[in-house]
Amino acid sequence: MTATAERPATSIFRRPRSKTGLWSWITTVDHKRIGIMYGYAAFFFFIVGGIEALLLRIQLSQANAEFLTAGAYNALFTMHGTTMVFLFVMPASAAFMNYMLPLLVGARDVAFPRLNALSWWVFFFGAIFMYSTFFFGTSLPPAGVEGVAGNLPEGGGPGSFNWLANSPDGGWFGYQPNAGPFYTPGTAMDFWAGGLQILGLSSLVSSVNFIVTTFNMRAKGMKLMRMPVFAWMTTVTAFLLLFSLPIIAVALFMVTTDRQFGSLFFAAQNGGDPILWQHLFWLFGHPEVYIIILPPMGIVSEVMPAFARKPLFGYSAVVFAGAAIAFLGFGVWAHHMFSSGITPVAQAAFGLATMTIAIPTGIKIFNWLGTLWGGRIRFTPAMLFAIGFIAMFTIGGLSGVTHSIVPADWQETDTYYVVAHFHYVIFGGAVFGLFSGLYYWFPKYSGRLLDEKLGKLHFWLTFIGFNMTFAPMHWLGLQGMVRRTWKYAPEMGLEGWNQVVTAGAFIIALAMLVFMYNWRKSRRRGTVAGMDPWDARTIEWMTPNPTPEHNFSESLEITSLDHFWHMKYEEDEEGRPVRRADADEILARLEDIGNNPREPIHLPSPSFFPFLIGLGVPLIFYGIVYHTSLVGKGLIVLGALIVLASAIGWGIEPADEPHYGHDDHDEEHGEEEVVEVHG
Amino acid sequence: MAKSGRLGRVLTLLGLALLLGACSLVEIEDAALTSWKPAGPNAERIDDLFWMVFNIAAGVFAFVVVALIVIVVRFRDRSGAKEPKQLHGNARLEVVWTVIPALILATIAVPTVQSVFDLTGCDPDSMRIQLTGHQWWFEVQYPDYGIDTANVVVIPAGEEACLEMTSDDVLHNFWAPALHGKRYLVPGQFTELRLESYEPGEFWAHCAEYCGLSHSLMRARVLALAPADFQAWVEAQQQPAVLPAEGTQAWEGYQVFVNKGCTQCHSYRVDGEGGNIVPADAFNGPDLTHFASRNVFAGAVLPEYGESREDALRRWLADPPSVKPGSYMPNLALTAEEIDNLIVFLEESR
Amino acid sequence: MADVHAVETDHEEHESTGVSNLKLGMWIFLSSEFLFFGALITNYLLYSNRGGFTGPYPAEVYDIPFTSVSSFVLLMSSLTMVLAHNAFSRGDQNGTRTWLFATAALGAVFLGGQVFEFTEFIVNYDMKLTTNPAASAFYVLTGFHGIHVAIGVLLLLSLWGISRARGGLSQKSGLNVEMVGLYWHFVDIIWIVIFTVVYLLSLPPA
Repeated sequence: MTATAERPATSIFRRPRSKTGLWSWITTVDHKRIGIMYGYAAFFFFIVGGIEALLLRIQLSQANAEFLTAGAYNALFTMHGTTMVFLFVMPASAAFMNYMLPLLVGARDVAFPRLNALSWWVFFFGAIFMYSTFFFGTSLPPAGVEGVAGNLPEGGGPGSFNWLANSPDGGWFGYQPNAGPFYTPGTAMDFWAGGLQILGLSSLVSSVNFIVTTFNMRAKGMKLMRMPVFAWMTTVTAFLLLFSLPIIAVALFMVTTDRQFGSLFFAAQNGGDPILWQHLFWLFGHPEVYIIILPPMGIVSEVMPAFARKPLFGYSAVVFAGAAIAFLGFGVWAHHMFSSGITPVAQAAFGLATMTIAIPTGIKIFNWLGTLWGGRIRFTPAMLFAIGFIAMFTIGGLSGVTHSIVPADWQETDTYYVVAHFHYVIFGGAVFGLFSGLYYWFPKYSGRLLDEKLGKLHFWLTFIGFNMTFAPMHWLGLQGMVRRTWKYAPEMGLEGWNQVVTAGAFIIALAMLVFMYNWRKSRRRGTVAGMDPWDARTIEWMTPNPTPEHNFSESLEITSLDHFWHMKYEEDEEGRPVRRADADEILARLEDIGNNPREPIHLPSPSFFPFLIGLGVPLIFYGIVYHTSLVGKGLIVLGALIVLASAIGWGIEPADEPHYGHDDHDEEHGEEEVVEVHG
Repeated sequence: MAKSGRLGRVLTLLGLALLLGACSLVEIEDAALTSWKPAGPNAERIDDLFWMVFNIAAGVFAFVVVALIVIVVRFRDRSGAKEPKQLHGNARLEVVWTVIPALILATIAVPTVQSVFDLTGCDPDSMRIQLTGHQWWFEVQYPDYGIDTANVVVIPAGEEACLEMTSDDVLHNFWAPALHGKRYLVPGQFTELRLESYEPGEFWAHCAEYCGLSHSLMRARVLALAPADFQAWVEAQQQPAVLPAEGTQAWEGYQVFVNKGCTQCHSYRVDGEGGNIVPADAFNGPDLTHFASRNVFAGAVLPEYGESREDALRRWLADPPSVKPGSYMPNLALTAEEIDNLIVFLEESR
Repeated sequence: MADVHAVETDHEEHESTGVSNLKLGMWIFLSSEFLFFGALITNYLLYSNRGGFTGPYPAEVYDIPFTSVSSFVLLMSSLTMVLAHNAFSRGDQNGTRTWLFATAALGAVFLGGQVFEFTEFIVNYDMKLTTNPAASAFYVLTGFHGIHVAIGVLLLLSLWGISRARGGLSQKSGLNVEMVGLYWHFVDIIWIVIFTVVYLLSLPPA
């Protein structure tokens, strides 16, 4: 990265050239392929996290159940939370951002294609690092506690394959000092902290990349206020990541030094302050909520106009509301800590700040309703999920307002009411939005449509299962079911509704099976989509499906918001769209050019180095976990050498002269190579 | 149009009916830890505030969902429908739906802020109770009376008692929903929570913050007694234990207690010969002087529903960690006879 | 700095900001880094004068004259970095190389000073990472700054190395000189804040 060669220097490796096969995936810098890999990885972890959730639900379906041990239960809810937040929702959003952002702003790739590959590989190996705790981690009782050692789940330690005994069990929130060196010794929580650190690094690199992409790589004429809302929300999310990740990085480093090197940040017996961890964690953790929800909000803001055949109502209000949510999101973290004993003044202030978030959120919801009002609504699965999003997210948002009522929150916090709340936001909001996007943009990936009947079945099963699972948690919480509870007593009266919840969870699982079947079936044998299956509005549909490697054959010149729609339609005197006479010609021409570019197109070349750096980073973190041993020290050195050597290789990788022009100040295409696309 | 309007209204009414029906169904009659049955002024104030906000929120939700259903039904794609007008927005509407929510929030902000200040802290004259969290039980001390007990917080009904809370190890969170909201127990720091019950009664409490392996088995009770009963309780608790007479089964049990390691963690206040038992070890178990006066033990988890005290004690003494995973009280490998004797001894420690 | 403001403007004809991707990316990355150090400094301030810790507090063991000198060395390295960049703009390859090396050398001297300082604290005052939370906060903060300086030195040396191996840096590498310069100035600015807030203004508990 430090230098650009002036003459074609020799690289460590021959520049990879394959376009198919495993190596092409390992070395690709194509934002679409990276997006696809993110997507599959995210879905894989969705399934893993889902299975973890089902096990938790089986345990809770009866009072005083013995299905899981306490240790296994705690391990499972820790990994369920960690997995769903960091290994499912975030990479799933990243998948959409990667695949769609350049297409939405009319670019051939992101600003830094190799850095993009780096983000992915760091994520990939970070996820492996995190889950490798199941093989290598240990979760031990506090040192010197008699009676504890013999009563943990069997096994633990390297070489033992009792997965749950090897797993972190301090919660995804890792509250100190419980998750600190004294109360949770062993390496499992170190895997957790290191894993989050690596995943954070990946997200940080992505956020820089996406911000530069939207700032610098937009097609000609695409002003900021002509960007599709999803591109806007991607940018806003990237800023949230940019400013919140350093905080969690510091917090995790503090935990790591506490656990590994004996520092005393959170050791209460030595004067450390356990509440400090909560401030730092939630100063990241609350923006994280918006990191999770804003991209799906962007997705449904794309889907609803397309299927209501109307422009987004109040485009600028929706965009600014998103930015306002992000901005306010940094000032509300202490509402996670209303019962922690912070002063009444702070509680009142954070309560009021939290309330204000309801205002921009409301603006979004009402503008979506305005978008649907007067439209011609087609109930495709994408639209169903988007409409479901509005209803479910409204519930999540309103229960969020009840948290801002501080005294009410004293009753609600740390109960299932909170679990219900954030699942309505994350599942009813984010996951519904993500599925909406999958149905909508599936043709861009496969050239085919997902089956609509199965899609509707998937939606209704999800919708029913979701509400059965999470609605009862509201009253379960208010009637005394505390969070992270392995067992509850029969006198608590919670059993009946918990059985409903567990049944709902299995309905969700069934819905996911339907979805997976649909995906498998439609990817190869689904209805061929054509270029513009939805009669859509935005420019990603101006190029054939599946998306050609070069995205757009011609550089675009954007003249309005919903540019593509205005190419196809003009408005009569009533303001109703009338299809232009030449619309079909335009589409045919676009499709032809898209598939048969008139001139050679230069694309960034594949590279080995992002993969290698991604491989090296976790080695360093393994080394830190085992730093007291020679092997650990060796791993640190080895990992550092791989990263350093790869960085140097990256820096001197042969660069071709840049040719294509819409961003000729762009240093990064010093690394582009000519790829002839034969038409 | 007219037809779809009617359909919309029917669906709306149906939806509302379902919502109301659901609300009446959700209250669980026997929920021991419900926050919906406030038994004191603090919890009642919170309850009032919660329901006020809940009703507003339900109204907003009903509005949004009804609007959504009406829109979705009315504007669904039908054959022959005209293309929609391409509306881009409406500045006046934007103002409306910015200002109205802001006004609603401003209305609920006022009572919220007020009650935060009103419900925090304690009256300086109220009785102090020191509550210390341990993995996984609550230690309850009355500095004014020199009482050290566990898991059952006894308060006089109709008066405010002030919990001064801290933790011996990790974070805990004390929650007696019938009396007040939650408050953390933080190692190295002190927090306050006031408790007041209108009437005498027994209320459940639970640790609400994840505090390790047996977090779910860290419960407590708040026992509100009529003032006279409370005084009697105080006086009884202040008495040292009377040692059982030599040769009785309880005396055998006392021998087990002294010789089998119990006293490493548990204190026992004795009158006369031998003096008080004060454990030297760092590990801290509940004071057992008046063990039999507490209706629950082992973090208020035992006896379980329908279980006799004796059975519960037998189970607990035979292997504590099997009842409470990770328990700091180890399996002491007591024989059945030793356990029987211990039970008699403990049950006589009133 | 002017470049940052350009980010906000939206050109009629040219849709992009007019700032190169790399430079824009660097600025954005550094904005994140500011928060990283902000959090670390806040940690330190939180613990630095909290009473009741065992062992010495950092503020009790500081050798202000010594640290002033090493701070001055780091400040001077910013000057040499500017000189390197200037030389490069003039096309003076030898000058660029010399000043780059000088900057790296000054950075290395600073790092040496930090190693010496840590050793002093540990050996003479028995203030270790594990002594108390204030000491933990001090070592983690200054340690992370040190790591940033070390990375900067590596970057500078690699530019220097490439220039030596190839007899000069291309115009295109000019951007890299600028990038490394940006990073280096950032590290210096952070140190100025640390030196002021953590060393000069921090007092042990009364």
